[in-house]
Amino acid sequence: MKSAPFEYLRADSIASACEALRREGDSAKIIAGGQSLVPIMAMRLVRPSLLVDINEIAALKFIAVERDAVRIGACTRQALVERDDALASRVPLLRQALAWVGHVQTRNRGTLGGSIVHADPCAELPLAAQVLGAKMVLRSSSGARTLAAEEFFTGPMVTATDSSECLEEVHWPVWSEPRTGCAFTEIANRHGDFAMVSAACQLALDGEGRCVRAAFGLGGVGQTPLAFPRLAARLLGTKLDEAVVKSVAQDAAAQTEPGSDLFATADYRRHLAGVLAARVIRAAQEKAGGGK
Amino acid sequence: MSEKLYSISVEVNGVARSAHVPARLSLVDWLRDDLRLTGTHVGCEHGICGACSIMLDGEPVRSCLMYAVQADGHRVTTVEGLANPDGSMSVLQDSFCKCHAMQCGYCTPGMLIAAKGLLEANRHPSDTEIRAAIGGNLCRCTGYQQIVDAIHDAARRMASGAK
Repeated sequence: MKSAPFEYLRADSIASACEALRREGDSAKIIAGGQSLVPIMAMRLVRPSLLVDINEIAALKFIAVERDAVRIGACTRQALVERDDALASRVPLLRQALAWVGHVQTRNRGTLGGSIVHADPCAELPLAAQVLGAKMVLRSSSGARTLAAEEFFTGPMVTATDSSECLEEVHWPVWSEPRTGCAFTEIANRHGDFAMVSAACQLALDGEGRCVRAAFGLGGVGQTPLAFPRLAARLLGTKLDEAVVKSVAQDAAAQTEPGSDLFATADYRRHLAGVLAARVIRAAQEKAGGGK
Repeated sequence: MSEKLYSISVEVNGVARSAHVPARLSLVDWLRDDLRLTGTHVGCEHGICGACSIMLDGEPVRSCLMYAVQADGHRVTTVEGLANPDGSMSVLQDSFCKCHAMQCGYCTPGMLIAAKGLLEANRHPSDTEIRAAIGGNLCRCTGYQQIVDAIHDAARRMASGAK
């Protein structure tokens, strides 16, 4: 349970981190909070020749609330994201998701960007990014590009990030509709573990309780976190009565491709997907001030 | 075989400590094996059990999930740093004894650090807040109830001015 030998570089700027990645290529790896990377290095599933530490780069730690989006620096600690009230009032799904992420000690060190680039399909922050359509800004020594979540997550623990790129910031869209609500839930073996199945939803309602905007998704039941924009569109214009919510949730569950393991069969996970999808849609509706 | 060594300076329990360490040395191994601060325990070595919890710049973190080289320039508090300056036990430690909050003691240093982090941020924690704060620390003996009781006891005593 000890990492294989590697060399270490404490980067003092994004430019110097990118330059090290360019020089070393595939064999270098960025370390942010290390809450996932250090265990997999200890298990020797990953053996980088160089670790580029971005923890001391102040420019990667910020939460900037703007009109249409909140920009969060990739190395911002999860605990700070969780505590930020201005952020919670504009992108409330993040605080809800973080309540399920690890424990106090891991959120104190773990970063928002680290969880997103690690891209575990069972992890909460990637699901929140997929559901809300967050945008990832990737920096390399030759420039920057921005990818939407749906292009960014490409497989289990795989993203479209090139080995020369460092995630710089994540843009979270702010919904301007006055009656917006969101919800996040999951089933895990123990609270704080990666989810067996997780579900997230954000909805906006009009004055009469009709759904005017909807997004929802499921984690742990596919190669990447899954969002269902076409199914969410079926909620629009409805008052989210039982029949429509149930049919949308069931259709989402039918589109999942869960695996089986020691803890749960694929059938059970698919069942959970349908139950939890319906539950978060209902909970988001209630948060938005609709329903009974 | 010689690994490259990196020079680090870390404030550990108020004392400046310097060393030359290989990059792959975990913070907990440095604290225990080199500094001989064996109060911090090593449980799972991959971030599950919480036994290795320490405070980094005042916030509880897992010292098995950091390399010692990353602590360069930072401040670390281990369980050895929780006692009063005269060496007597702090209120929190005393409450753990009083409430029988340990049996084998393996998780105790991590529990104390988690509790310390909680009480510094929240002087009057609820039962739920205490359980959330120690949720990342496994104990296989006590059933947790006495640990929760001890943290409540410490919060009450500290609120009435005990140190």
